[in-house]
Amino acid sequence: MSRSFRIEDLLNWLSALSIMVALYLVFVYAPTEATMGDVQRIFYFHVSSAWVGFFAFFVTLVAGIAYLRGGNRDWDLVALSSVEVGITFTAMAVITGSIWAKATWNAWWPWQQEPRLVLVTMLLLLYLAYLMLRAFIDGEEQKARFAAVYGIVAFVSVPFTFMSVRWWQRLHPVVFEREGIHLAPAMLATFLFCLLAFTILYFTLLLHRSRLGKLEDQAAGLKERLQTGEGG
Amino acid sequence: MSFLNKVLAIVWKDVVAELRTREMFSSMLVFSLLVIVIFNFSFELRVENIAQVAPGVLWVTFVFAGTLELNRSLALEMENDCLDGLFLAPMDRSAIYFGKMLGNLIFISAIEALMLPIFSVVFDLNLILPSLLLTIFLGTIGFAAVGTLLSAIAVNTRAREVMLPVLLFPILLPVVISVTKVTGGILDGVPLGDLAHWLRFLVAFDIIFLVVSFMTFDFVVQG
Repeated sequence: MSRSFRIEDLLNWLSALSIMVALYLVFVYAPTEATMGDVQRIFYFHVSSAWVGFFAFFVTLVAGIAYLRGGNRDWDLVALSSVEVGITFTAMAVITGSIWAKATWNAWWPWQQEPRLVLVTMLLLLYLAYLMLRAFIDGEEQKARFAAVYGIVAFVSVPFTFMSVRWWQRLHPVVFEREGIHLAPAMLATFLFCLLAFTILYFTLLLHRSRLGKLEDQAAGLKERLQTGEGG
Repeated sequence: MSFLNKVLAIVWKDVVAELRTREMFSSMLVFSLLVIVIFNFSFELRVENIAQVAPGVLWVTFVFAGTLELNRSLALEMENDCLDGLFLAPMDRSAIYFGKMLGNLIFISAIEALMLPIFSVVFDLNLILPSLLLTIFLGTIGFAAVGTLLSAIAVNTRAREVMLPVLLFPILLPVVISVTKVTGGILDGVPLGDLAHWLRFLVAFDIIFLVVSFMTFDFVVQG
């Protein structure tokens, strides 16, 4: 018990510190981009959130497979926690992306110019469906089993969605050519650090959420025992 | 009984049940016609060239009618606990998956075959082209492959009819994009070679989702 506490404490401090350093790097250290100006600074957190979203859903896939193989309920908790954290970050990626698109292309929702925006939105919908599915199933075991299967099928569909959205866009006139991102060294360092900070934050949140899930389980078990005790 | 025979026995059971009641077929047919009529009216006011929206309308109709069929197909099995009986049969669960999947494929294809001439008349387009039939068939395989698995999940939830489209549509997006693209391309007279990458994409989707569904179906129906 005490060991797991120490890991949590470490992660708490580490993520708080790294996010603060990341904020400093993004707003002070990184140079202002020549053509886009200050709005480009959104890029660091935007890409980092998208990365955490993808990574979180990948963790759900792995946890789903592990659950189906072994039947250990902890894996289901990890899968669910990862989806919840992943959805939060994916939503952040969609919102920051939309703000960036407005500044760059003067459109909140550039369907044609930015296939990745559509892709990330589809991710969001897929995993909202995952949460909906869980909400509509009775019985913990069945819930975990179905959710694991859906987590697998959903993640397998992601590369297909990515490819189809890209090809779909390519057949249309491209109004704005996306400039190749030639990051200055200071920008690259900031970007890489943001990726790291967000990944640490992801693991911190995942750990807390999984622990909360476990406590919920325990509380439910105790409640049941109490009720059956009263009945008998 | 070989594996194939078992699969065919399940398909045959579904076909016979449908031929006797004609419930699914008639409801799908009427539903599809209504979708076409509604689309026709909603586009009538603004769209100059109806041929431009035809691929989209065609596929929205197929996807909606197909979803209706998938819901019906397993809901029927839930009545009188038929599904439990099916699982008691001495055979591999994957035979059940392929049986139901083929059954769904047949019903959806039959509806599509009926709708195509009607579409051709309503939209004044020739849709009975070999390349288009191939595309529709490839798209329908992908639809049935994922749909059969997900309908087995959805049928066990509290909001069955709503759950299936919510689960199915985001996964189906690549199929819808590619078949609509190819259908539009064929109608515009684009040579099939230029659309080959989409067709390969559809074949890859079909194979991968058949395999994934086949591997995970066991977990959906156990217990």
